[in-house]
Amino acid sequence: MASASSAPGSRGWRYGLRILFGTFVVFLWGPLFLVILLSFQGPTGGLTFPMNGVSFHWFLQLLEPQPIGDIWGSFERSIILGLMVMVLTVVISFLAGLAFRARFKGSTLVFYLVIASMIMPSVVVSLGIGAGFELLGIPRIWFTSALGAHLTWTLPFGLLIMFAVFNRFNPAYEEAARDLGATGFQAIRHVVLPIVAPSLIGVALFGFTLSYDEIARTSQSVGPLNTLPLELQAMQTNVTTPVIYALGSVTTFLSLAVIGVALTASAIMHGRQKRKGSDAGSGLV
Amino acid sequence: MKKFTPYLQALPLSLVFLAFFLAPLCLVVVISFFDYQAYDILIPDFVFFNYEDVFSSQVTYATYWITLKFCVIVWAITFVIGFFIAYFLVFHVETMRWQIALFLLCTIPFWTSIVIRMISWIPLLGRNGLVNEALKGLGIVSESQEWLLYSEFAVVLGYVHLYTLFMVVPIFNSLLRIDKSLVEAATDAGASTWQTLLTVILPLCKPGIAIGSIFVIAMVMGDFVTVNVLGGGQVASVGKAISTELSYLQFPPAAANSMVLLGAVILMIFALMRIVDIRKEL
Repeated sequence: MASASSAPGSRGWRYGLRILFGTFVVFLWGPLFLVILLSFQGPTGGLTFPMNGVSFHWFLQLLEPQPIGDIWGSFERSIILGLMVMVLTVVISFLAGLAFRARFKGSTLVFYLVIASMIMPSVVVSLGIGAGFELLGIPRIWFTSALGAHLTWTLPFGLLIMFAVFNRFNPAYEEAARDLGATGFQAIRHVVLPIVAPSLIGVALFGFTLSYDEIARTSQSVGPLNTLPLELQAMQTNVTTPVIYALGSVTTFLSLAVIGVALTASAIMHGRQKRKGSDAGSGLV
Repeated sequence: MKKFTPYLQALPLSLVFLAFFLAPLCLVVVISFFDYQAYDILIPDFVFFNYEDVFSSQVTYATYWITLKFCVIVWAITFVIGFFIAYFLVFHVETMRWQIALFLLCTIPFWTSIVIRMISWIPLLGRNGLVNEALKGLGIVSESQEWLLYSEFAVVLGYVHLYTLFMVVPIFNSLLRIDKSLVEAATDAGASTWQTLLTVILPLCKPGIAIGSIFVIAMVMGDFVTVNVLGGGQVASVGKAISTELSYLQFPPAAANSMVLLGAVILMIFALMRIVDIRKEL
């Protein structure tokens, strides 16, 4: 590749930018790395360095009942809520993505509503949902009001991904299916869905992780039982042992595992499409 | 039947946003005129004193001043870092494979817990944290610096840590669309790297910059979580003030304050779009 033409700037520029990028990556990952390191702190160790030995003490402490906070309850709720939000985000975004290929009445309005939700200060959304349930006399529960609050945050991302996907989607495939006699549903189920499936994994990843970490929109809509991020926020002011770092390591590991699974699944599906999808021209003609 | 298909497909999305976004938003407008008491937190009424309280309180001006200050500082820092990171990824990383790998390296932390990423500054910036120990060890300071954590500095650092990516991604996206031959043409015509950057690349990625800026500004304006965790009760932003009112179940004043905040955010976004458009016309 003609590197000199595509990379403008002198040597100084190149090294300067590399150093900047390296520093940025260290800045992003460094603190997280330190917390994971400190979660292996010895039993007598504290919240800061030095490490007083290396142990799994604080991870084992996590399994004990905590004086403050309901770790496992909130952990479970966060995962279940994340999965619910994930499924709903994928289904609703996919359907809406299909809808937005045509210009229907009110499409602009719905689009602006979705974008507005994305940049609306979360505290306002949270307050509105909380007050709404309060006024209607419906109890606020994590899997009703907080579920709705989470969807207002995950769906904009899901919809924008679907827009990007359908912008690049060749409508000829679907037309061909229709010409061969497929119904609208069949064309979507057997042609459109398999083609966009790898991108739907991306939507699922956004759906789960954005929900799993959500805190601002959850705060007023969650009701009496907290999700994990809210529990963590409450704990960090009171807990003075590395047990909070151990919890941080566990939840970081879970996030990384989810990302890993999603990326692998997406890569496998892309690979399979490449292998299976290419037999169109290599038939017995 | 076929005519109705898009409507049916868009129905779930529309219902979610009607029920959990538009209706609650309208409700916030309505209850900002409500009355409230200790035992009855929402009394339907049409009073203006919630707004009068907001505008007559010295606290409001102090919180807005600090929030705007955060906005300007964080915007400037995230813009400069975000632009150069995106520029590096697009123009200085040669293969697509490396571009994706390095891009993932930046985006993966975005998917881990926000609270944990904030807490992770404690072992670095705390009284006995690494930074203080290093400064003392090097003889730069003789006592632990208290301003590193639970301070405005820590909040700004937290924002930059959390939000720079929101600047990187849209700018990255805009930069990818720039025809590389334009950059070559500028270089061939004798432009220096700086000149190419300022007169060719920067104007062409304005949409990305605008989107990133809207994100960062909207998030900083409404934030209360970072201020809670890293401000440690020493810092009061607008979002924090609203969340404090909510924690005392004072919904109507919180709603009035929210409306003022929303007005401020909308004004800033409009101003931003104006600047971008005006420059396009010049």
